[in-house]
Amino acid sequence: MSSKTDDSSSMHRMTGAKMVVQALKDNGVDVVFGYPGGAVLPIYDEIFLQNEIRHVLVRHEQGAVHAAEGYARSTGKPGVVLVTSGPGATNSVTGMTDALMDSVPVIVFSGQVPTFMIGNDAFQEADTVGITRPCTKHNWLVKDTDRLPHAIHQAFFVATHGRPGPVLVDIPKDVQFATGNYVPPEQADSTSYRPVVKGDRQAIETLAELLERAERPIFYTGGGVINSGLEACQLLRQLVEQTGFPVTSTLMGLGAYPACGKHWLGMLGMHGAYEANMAMYECDLMINVGARFDDRITGRVSDFSPASYKAHIDIDRSSINKAIPTELPIVGDAGHILRDLLEAWLERGGRTQTESVADWWSQIRDWKLRDSFQYDNSGSTIKPQYAIQRLEALTKGLDRYITTDVGQHQMWAAQFMGMDEPFRWMTSGGLGTMGYGLPASIGVQIAHPESLVINVAGDASWLMNMQEMGTAVQYRLPVKQFIVNNMRLGMVRQWQQILHGQRYSHSWSEALPDFVLMARAFGCHGIQVTRPEDVDDAITEMVETDGPVIVDCVVERHENCFPMIPSGEPHNRMIFAEDVEAETDELISGAGSVLV
Amino acid sequence: MSPLKLERGVSNRSAYDLRNPVEVSETHTIAVLVDNEAGVLARVIGLFSGRGYNIESLTVAEIDHTGHRSRITIVTRGNPAVIDQIRAQLERMVPVHEVHDLTVDGDTIERELALLKVRGTGSQRVEALRLADIFRAKVVDSTLESFVFEITGTSDKVDKFAELMRPLKLVELARTGVVGISRGV
Repeated sequence: MSSKTDDSSSMHRMTGAKMVVQALKDNGVDVVFGYPGGAVLPIYDEIFLQNEIRHVLVRHEQGAVHAAEGYARSTGKPGVVLVTSGPGATNSVTGMTDALMDSVPVIVFSGQVPTFMIGNDAFQEADTVGITRPCTKHNWLVKDTDRLPHAIHQAFFVATHGRPGPVLVDIPKDVQFATGNYVPPEQADSTSYRPVVKGDRQAIETLAELLERAERPIFYTGGGVINSGLEACQLLRQLVEQTGFPVTSTLMGLGAYPACGKHWLGMLGMHGAYEANMAMYECDLMINVGARFDDRITGRVSDFSPASYKAHIDIDRSSINKAIPTELPIVGDAGHILRDLLEAWLERGGRTQTESVADWWSQIRDWKLRDSFQYDNSGSTIKPQYAIQRLEALTKGLDRYITTDVGQHQMWAAQFMGMDEPFRWMTSGGLGTMGYGLPASIGVQIAHPESLVINVAGDASWLMNMQEMGTAVQYRLPVKQFIVNNMRLGMVRQWQQILHGQRYSHSWSEALPDFVLMARAFGCHGIQVTRPEDVDDAITEMVETDGPVIVDCVVERHENCFPMIPSGEPHNRMIFAEDVEAETDELISGAGSVLV
Repeated sequence: MSPLKLERGVSNRSAYDLRNPVEVSETHTIAVLVDNEAGVLARVIGLFSGRGYNIESLTVAEIDHTGHRSRITIVTRGNPAVIDQIRAQLERMVPVHEVHDLTVDGDTIERELALLKVRGTGSQRVEALRLADIFRAKVVDSTLESFVFEITGTSDKVDKFAELMRPLKLVELARTGVVGISRGV
């Protein structure tokens, strides 16, 4: 309990609002994404009175969380958000759910009505901890100023340890005004949360032995490798190079192993490379590092990689056996386990079944010949794949970060843009949140002011959080919005074509804005490109323009994203462009032409 | 390699059709030791409802008033994979200290307490009292035309007693749900 006469504690007495700012500094925070309102005014007042922590004013609280996600995923540090009570908090729910699904460390501070008004349906009151309980790792409603520093420090610990994720601290306004005792992080009460980091030695030995015996091995890696950090990515690269085994990755894990690496098979899954999916289907040893057998990856679970022995390295025990039963689970941090595994395997002599693995590679090379990302290019309309290929060609090698929205363009970006480093690819994987890309690009640019940050967007996704263009302009963030504009909800349209008898129910916009005029309205540069021969110039202009740019890249409207594992089919039943080609022609001349 | 030719208008290729429904369902009693902080019960219940797990019975009370620990006992049903998931999901929650699957741990004692109000006069009243004696239920309240019985035992025993009391004019029944503890040290 606090005591006014105690000298040592009186030195740390301060208001709850000041504690928030002090705790942010003590936890190494340099930037906060937020939006003020009645219930957080005392905290905003404290932010006004200092210069160490930068505040970025977003235009909608969902944007604040996505920006914090972009910041976190491009730096490995937690992202911090500050919102007001009621609508401020509810607007942040989508962002937190997104961060939970994709394991992104985000700390959200929300204001709350004063403690004596909680439960009275006060103005801008919402049961924030109740609403956000299922979309956070943990949350706190702090009713006593003395407890506030403990809650904040615990929040940072929980968000960044174990499988990272979002947390929320809800602070009533009277708690912000009241004075209490502040303690620094090292003196805060700890939680009982103690995730396992080191993997079981015996299991790692067994896996090392399996590396020696496997004839058709594959590394299947996920976002967990990147979340573990640079060292884990280095170890993965080392292990892949030294074993010579093929490696594929989920959407979230792109960049952990470089796309230019010679053992790279490309992304796997619903729109992944044919060779990656076939290798997953036919392998005899699957080494899952930090991925969770998501349904976009597995397809039909009963036919998932039927002949393989599966090892699963995951820091979250609940990921083990959730979707796919695994023979060899190893719970712990990917970095620790990869180090121990590499060590154990080298100690045993670092052997593999060289001949069998060579045969396996020749099989994989055969599958590669299928060239599953191929598409028919056009001389008259811009094919979306072509636009993204050119974007890749003209920005490769630059100090580049890519964010995406959600849909066809996201899958094409994953297929055609090679990530050679981790922390460079920010996309909404688990939740599939349209509108993620623009605010995420803002968060990335804040963290990397000198780098080239490109949001590969779709027209429909981009509109969902386009208000954040105001943020980009206000803070002079030179984010490049590359909108692959097909005037459709492309992925929805694709599914309707393939699975719903070409009944295009509400999957196009009849009133798209003029994106170039919109750029002017926001106060930034806009470029429209409609002809394939102008794509390169548009991209170059975009990259060379100092400041934020919106590119309206008008593309073929009915292009489908292939290859594709239809939902509910196994890996070896992918479909390709030619499987539905005939129907597409018919579509454009028939019912589809009405939409043009 | 034979790429699939899709039929038109086939919309039942949903990922949700993939679960195998024919698996053995087991009943498990799980004890969860948690920090007794605001909302902790809502967290646990929310996990069960959010992920579609069953709750057949749930009891909760603070068992350590200085350390503020509560023990939640949950009786749940599911196939072995689901039971394993429940345990893993509980274990990763921040305020959860320990999770014990009492059914897997083996030799355990499970008990439930019930209060039954039986209304009646004459021979029915005598019969109720006689059955209560057989079941070792205690009379904890009595008027000239009613008894309140207290019975402790397994859920089965409480079920059977309540069943017998029903024709003897059982008018109200209150049950605690199961609590459990493992035998020995």
